[in-house]
Amino acid sequence: MGRLVLRRLLATVPVLLLVTAGVFTLIHLTPGDPIDVMMSESADATVKENLRRELGMDQPIYIQYAAWMGRLLRGDLGHSIRNREPVIENVGKRIRPSLQLAGLAMAISLIIATPIGILSAARRNTYVDRVGTSFALFGICMPNFLLALLLIFFFGVKLRWLPISGYTDPLEEPWLGLRSLVLPAITLGLALAAVVTRTLRSSMLEALSEDYVRTARAKGLSEWRVIRGHVLKNALIPVVTVLGLQLGTLIGGAVITEYVFALPGVGRLVVDAVFARDYPLVQGVVLLIAVGFIVSNLLVDLLYGWIDPRIRYR
Amino acid sequence: MAGSIRGSDIAEPAAVVAGPVAAPPVSARRWAVLRHAARTRLAPLGVVVMLAALVVAVLAPIVSPHDPLKQDLGNVLAKPGRAHLLGTDNVGRDVLSRVIWGTRVSLVAGLGSVAIAVVAGGLLGLLAGYAGGQADGLVMRLMDAVLSFPPLVLALALGAVLGAGLTGVVIALGVVYTPTFARLMRGQVLTITAREYVEAARALGAPGWRIAWHHVLPNAIAPIVIQASLSVAFAILAEASLSFLGLGIQPPGASWGSMINAGRGYLQQAPWIVFGPGAALFITVVGLNFVGDAVRDALDPRLRA
Repeated sequence: MGRLVLRRLLATVPVLLLVTAGVFTLIHLTPGDPIDVMMSESADATVKENLRRELGMDQPIYIQYAAWMGRLLRGDLGHSIRNREPVIENVGKRIRPSLQLAGLAMAISLIIATPIGILSAARRNTYVDRVGTSFALFGICMPNFLLALLLIFFFGVKLRWLPISGYTDPLEEPWLGLRSLVLPAITLGLALAAVVTRTLRSSMLEALSEDYVRTARAKGLSEWRVIRGHVLKNALIPVVTVLGLQLGTLIGGAVITEYVFALPGVGRLVVDAVFARDYPLVQGVVLLIAVGFIVSNLLVDLLYGWIDPRIRYR
Repeated sequence: MAGSIRGSDIAEPAAVVAGPVAAPPVSARRWAVLRHAARTRLAPLGVVVMLAALVVAVLAPIVSPHDPLKQDLGNVLAKPGRAHLLGTDNVGRDVLSRVIWGTRVSLVAGLGSVAIAVVAGGLLGLLAGYAGGQADGLVMRLMDAVLSFPPLVLALALGAVLGAGLTGVVIALGVVYTPTFARLMRGQVLTITAREYVEAARALGAPGWRIAWHHVLPNAIAPIVIQASLSVAFAILAEASLSFLGLGIQPPGASWGSMINAGRGYLQQAPWIVFGPGAALFITVVGLNFVGDAVRDALDPRLRA
């Protein structure tokens, strides 16, 4: 296991380097002068010059890169040109709602997907299966901003059961907080549920055709016990992989969900920074998100090695 | 693993097919493939949707009942009815006409970004697989780096710096999808160049380009086509997501995503502003998914069994 961890960690280094280079280049992809784009509303030349100097953009590009990397290695991700606060603080204030949303969405998706996936596979080619696979198709094709608006329309506008925007911290006000997160979490979770349903169904079908399942049936076990004891455990491995692969989608979905429901999370921060043309903030947050994404992928990889020993020794 | 990774955003079906499709002559295979695709249950429905979208997009100026940009402030938020089949929006524009013109934007974005990704990814994959060594390492690490960003976040950041507008979004999505095709192509090249028929061609003294063109490419193309046909649906969803957030085509131009965003504030009085383009988007994506699945089933003999 130790060797696996080391190998994966080493493989991450060049990718991280390229990621930082990419994020650094981002600001230079702007057509025209990025300072002009960022400061479009201010025509004051001295303000622009100050910003240019402050961002080091009056230097040659390799010096800019070296300086930027140097600051990065000391943990300085730069600061927002709008609210002047460091990127880290901007993100720190926003991380909690995002994590709560992601956690709740993941829980909801598993609660929905597990029974549907199992039933679909166990009752293959019946109407139960068709309902299950239709649900999966629906979830995969449904854009989450549209789903969000449908939920808002029915539960917020028509039935008036749940708040349609805003955020209360569930750690401070559990009931209100949970209510404020329900619709966003369903929006984000349903999509994930669709993917998990599909994966679980197909991996269950695969496991159901194995010899050990025939053996288990031959020894007279009930179908339910065959599924619980022999099929499900083996079918769960691909589900873990897919959950890992879905992290990126989850983050992307969170951006949209937070935007629609006005949740003050990291996704909302990215959108706001993009539209405020606050490029240093965009750079910093995007870099943090990418690193977070790489680290979680790494953890999923290791988790996978832990669940399935065959991977470890390859 | 059909479109297994969900597309609301930009994600993509994970590697669809691993190995190359075994190789009877390409021409002989073509009809069997089409016949099989037609037999698949939902494919005809998908094809109908796809053709309808294409026709509507091409003939938008003819089929659109009203000018999509013409405001009629005396007739705002009109309910769907005879004069306006899908109602009017908050400045009195005909929702149906805007949905029709939006079809163009969606198809251009979907097909354009996937085309960029297929060409760029295909070439990079070919280079990596053929050259091997350091070039391979560099290209593939670069692709890994692109994949290290959550797709929508990367597209958002790229779209932001490239400037709002359809071109920026198409390029941004093209970049996001490139690694998928590069990886796929590289894998194909590696397995195919190890085959006996390539060895035979080499032994006969065929030059490298000839081997690449006549032996590798025709056999590597099937998985690329499968992936591309599935990716278009996801690219359309991605464009809609980005224009929902405000990137992409700018007002007053019509795209489904931006229409849905604009209708958000009128959900109570005039939900049709959201539901018109929403239904168009959903139906198109479902249809394209059917087509993509059918193409995959038809081209991958292992799934046919």
